[in-house]
Amino acid sequence: MLDCPFCGPRNVGEFAHLGEVVARPDPRTATPAQWRDYLYVRDNVAGVVRERWLHRAGCRKFFDAVRDTTDNTVHETVALTAGEGAGS
Amino acid sequence: MTGGDWRLPPQPGEVIDRSRTVRFTFNGTAYVGHPGDTIASALAACGVRVFSRSFKYHRPRGILTAGWLDPNLMVQVGDDPNVRAGHRLVADGLDVRSQDTWPSLAFDVKAANQLVGRYLSAGFYYKTFIRPARLWPAYEAVLKRFVHGGQIDIDTPHRQHDKTYHHADVVVAGGGPAGMAAALAAAEGGTGVVLVDEDHDLGGHWRWDPEQASALLELRDAVRAHPRISAYTDSVVIGRYDGNWLGIVVRSPDGAERLVKSRAKVLVVTPGLIERPLVFAGNDRPGVMLGTAVRRLVNLYAVKPGTRAVVQTANAHGDAVVEDLRRAGVEIADVLDARQGRLVSAVHGRRGVESVEVAGGDRIEADLLVVSTGWTAPTSLLNMAGNRPVYDPEAARFFPGPLPQDVLVAGGLAGDGDAKQLTEHAAAVGAEAARRAASTARRMAAVPTRPDDAAALAVDEVEVPIPDLARHAHPELYRTTTHGFLDFSEDVSSKDLHQAVQEGYDSAELAKRYSTATMGPLQGKLETVNAVAAVAEALGSTIADTGTTTWRPPYAPTTLGALAGRSLEPVRVSPMQDWHQAHGAVPLVAGAWIRPDHYGDPVAEVRNVRTNVGIIDVTPLGKLDLRGPGVPDLLELLYVNKWRQLAIGGVRYGVMCAEDGVVFDDGVTGRLGPEHYLMSTTSGGAAAVWEWVENWLQTGGRGWAAHCTPVTTAYASINVAGPHARELLSRLTELDLTAESFGYMQVRVATVAGIDDVVVWRIGFTGELSYELHVPAGYGQHVWEALLTAGADLGVAPFGIEAQRILRLEKGHFIVGQDTDGLTQGFSAELDWAIKLDKADFAGAPELRWQHERGPITRLVALQPLEESSVPPEASQIVTERTEIIGRITSSRHSPTLDRSICLAQLLTEHAVAGSVVRVLTPDGKIVEARVCEQLAHYDPEGGRARA
Repeated sequence: MLDCPFCGPRNVGEFAHLGEVVARPDPRTATPAQWRDYLYVRDNVAGVVRERWLHRAGCRKFFDAVRDTTDNTVHETVALTAGEGAGS
Repeated sequence: MTGGDWRLPPQPGEVIDRSRTVRFTFNGTAYVGHPGDTIASALAACGVRVFSRSFKYHRPRGILTAGWLDPNLMVQVGDDPNVRAGHRLVADGLDVRSQDTWPSLAFDVKAANQLVGRYLSAGFYYKTFIRPARLWPAYEAVLKRFVHGGQIDIDTPHRQHDKTYHHADVVVAGGGPAGMAAALAAAEGGTGVVLVDEDHDLGGHWRWDPEQASALLELRDAVRAHPRISAYTDSVVIGRYDGNWLGIVVRSPDGAERLVKSRAKVLVVTPGLIERPLVFAGNDRPGVMLGTAVRRLVNLYAVKPGTRAVVQTANAHGDAVVEDLRRAGVEIADVLDARQGRLVSAVHGRRGVESVEVAGGDRIEADLLVVSTGWTAPTSLLNMAGNRPVYDPEAARFFPGPLPQDVLVAGGLAGDGDAKQLTEHAAAVGAEAARRAASTARRMAAVPTRPDDAAALAVDEVEVPIPDLARHAHPELYRTTTHGFLDFSEDVSSKDLHQAVQEGYDSAELAKRYSTATMGPLQGKLETVNAVAAVAEALGSTIADTGTTTWRPPYAPTTLGALAGRSLEPVRVSPMQDWHQAHGAVPLVAGAWIRPDHYGDPVAEVRNVRTNVGIIDVTPLGKLDLRGPGVPDLLELLYVNKWRQLAIGGVRYGVMCAEDGVVFDDGVTGRLGPEHYLMSTTSGGAAAVWEWVENWLQTGGRGWAAHCTPVTTAYASINVAGPHARELLSRLTELDLTAESFGYMQVRVATVAGIDDVVVWRIGFTGELSYELHVPAGYGQHVWEALLTAGADLGVAPFGIEAQRILRLEKGHFIVGQDTDGLTQGFSAELDWAIKLDKADFAGAPELRWQHERGPITRLVALQPLEESSVPPEASQIVTERTEIIGRITSSRHSPTLDRSICLAQLLTEHAVAGSVVRVLTPDGKIVEARVCEQLAHYDPEGGRARA
């Protein structure tokens, strides 16, 4: 079960997991190495991670979850406000 | 025909119906049983002692547990292999056969394996049958005859396996006394309960305990009568996944399995304890059985298990077994009590038990040795919940470790006690399960947006007190003084485990894999603890320190069909699909869509479009309705080209790249109003582009005022293409279609064929004068038919996807995903004209800038084979003289318009020289030479026809 910030607890099969939240570098000043880090490299910690999810078979909202990858506990799910997100 | 000479007088708890008989055959011989008998009990009642031959050594095997988990009772029933005769009920006409016994159960040539046993020890297949390698086919032919298992009939009719959901507040896994008590208490606590038991009826071990007969009836009746309890018998919980996501397999009497999926708020695990075999020489002889087998045979099926018995006991269960044997009229030759230090050392006899040798010297004549020396805790479901069981040497078994909030344990798995203590403990567990389930339900029902949620959640959260259970001391007994079989299914002995450890496989996980112990159909339920004990002994360590192997789903072997269920494939069709089907359209499967590939003659369809006019159903085309003042900013970001100057009524073609610069999608976007745009995408990319747009709107942090609505299926889309397209459309609309009024790459909204709000685009994938109509979907068929009627004298005819692909290829229009791949960045798709690197920012801009600086590695080119009739297959490689790969054919067809073959290809830039000749290597090894063209369009390169 995953708690959608908008719909409440729903079967996890309704959601798409989109991976660690990573900040988009400034496209005007980023070096190729920085841009490719953004594209491909992830921290992949054994521990608490902030990641992006999409309620694909529900409200179709993107939101963040704070999850412990060692035991799969989701500590909280966070609705994104207008100013948030990878691009800010 | 043999009668039931070994059938006892009626027993108090028996489950057989003596008033009726059942006739079946075993290896061709006719036998009689009663309804309620298992195959094994009916055969045992008729004196059958040998049921199978073992895997490696082909030793005769008899009843060990008389239940589901009996390794020696796997039989073939009709066309069903590996049926468990200790569980399957007899039915009239069953054709039962023993498995893997050639030429017969009685005489088995392969028993000669026993004589070469020392060459078949642990890991023998890593060491034998290797050299000489040229004999491998012979080894394989021989070894095939020895493979364990039944026969498959490929003509067996397919079964339908249904799946269903049954979400419950509380699921109780195990329907013995503890499970029933817990289920009842949970139901009384107000929750819905699903109770699952693997046997034919609830009751667990109370079913064969005469002392519990009335308690069983009372408890079982209460459970059956309770409206909130659903009991699944002949069923088993095969797996527990995150959040108590459970798989329950429900078995029908003929063995067909169905899957029930359940999300339980609380799981109560009450599987009881499994009696464990003892390891000693000859412990696999027919006539050696566990105490549970005797209790089942005597009390459930009224079958006498032997005539003269020795009982090896170490606990109260063994004492009860002695009583059962006395009641069954079996002579008790001796009772070896391990608590007094008396142990069996060996069993002797050729085809069954003939004498029992006691450690210390005595040999006792007997035809039955009953063993009750230990219990295994089936902790699998707990392990699947992340639990690490802890071994208690005093009690000689594993106990659960700390459990997650949504899993509880009762019964023998939790501890020991008398019947009253265990049921009281289970009832408390059930009540606590109900409380936790109710608490979870309240939390889940608290929708976050309601302001008074805090009040709803503030309830009395006092846990139900659960009494402690004692742990009775039990002798730690795994092996006596000799070596014997440890895994009956895989024919692995304790000596094999010692040898494995000696060879360096010195952990439970390694020794298991090397010896294959615990890897048989019982999945270790009878074997794992003895195997761990053997490894510990060989290491000079303890069981607690050696640890166990990891238990994974499925808990019980499950038919693949049950997991697969029915095959339900939804399809998507346009509103005109019925018309297409009725007019001979050959279907094309495109993702979930069914589309018309052609109507019989795609070449004629191409010619008709170029000569007259054709109509094609392009409904699956992705369409996104975009509104708001922020849309131009959005388009600037998504597409590689510029959009701010697009006037109302204008249309622009755009390409989207992903952040890695790879071409992601393309399509046309038109401006319908001041803040209203309509974007089209490829059919295959419709869903992905919608998500891409939403991702930028919701998470891009730009704060644009823009809204996106998918309208792919809100419109039926029809492309009208050909020299007569304007004439045809003018007959159905008042819209001014003159070139001056409605030019190329423009969009209007108009009434067509009497239908309002039709979006009319002037675009041209096919390269002809064409109008694409986006009709409100409900009227799609009407407009389609109106076009055909109105244009009859113009030669209007439908054309399908195949014709469209040829037409667009003649014009050199690429298809994303066909002519580009996952590595094709923008400048490799001949999009130099479109990519505006001077824009402030757009998706993939940095990568495209760097690609431009480097120069693209590959380029998209048009090729024409020198031999005009030669059509190289798509994906053919393009090679140098030295067969180095320099590119590949991405699209290839014969062009009816040009009457020659035409291609698009990706080529390394240094070879993409107009006028040069490249070599195409076809899959059948031939070389086709082709010339690189000056531009992508093979036909009408100036594009005059579309701009008419």
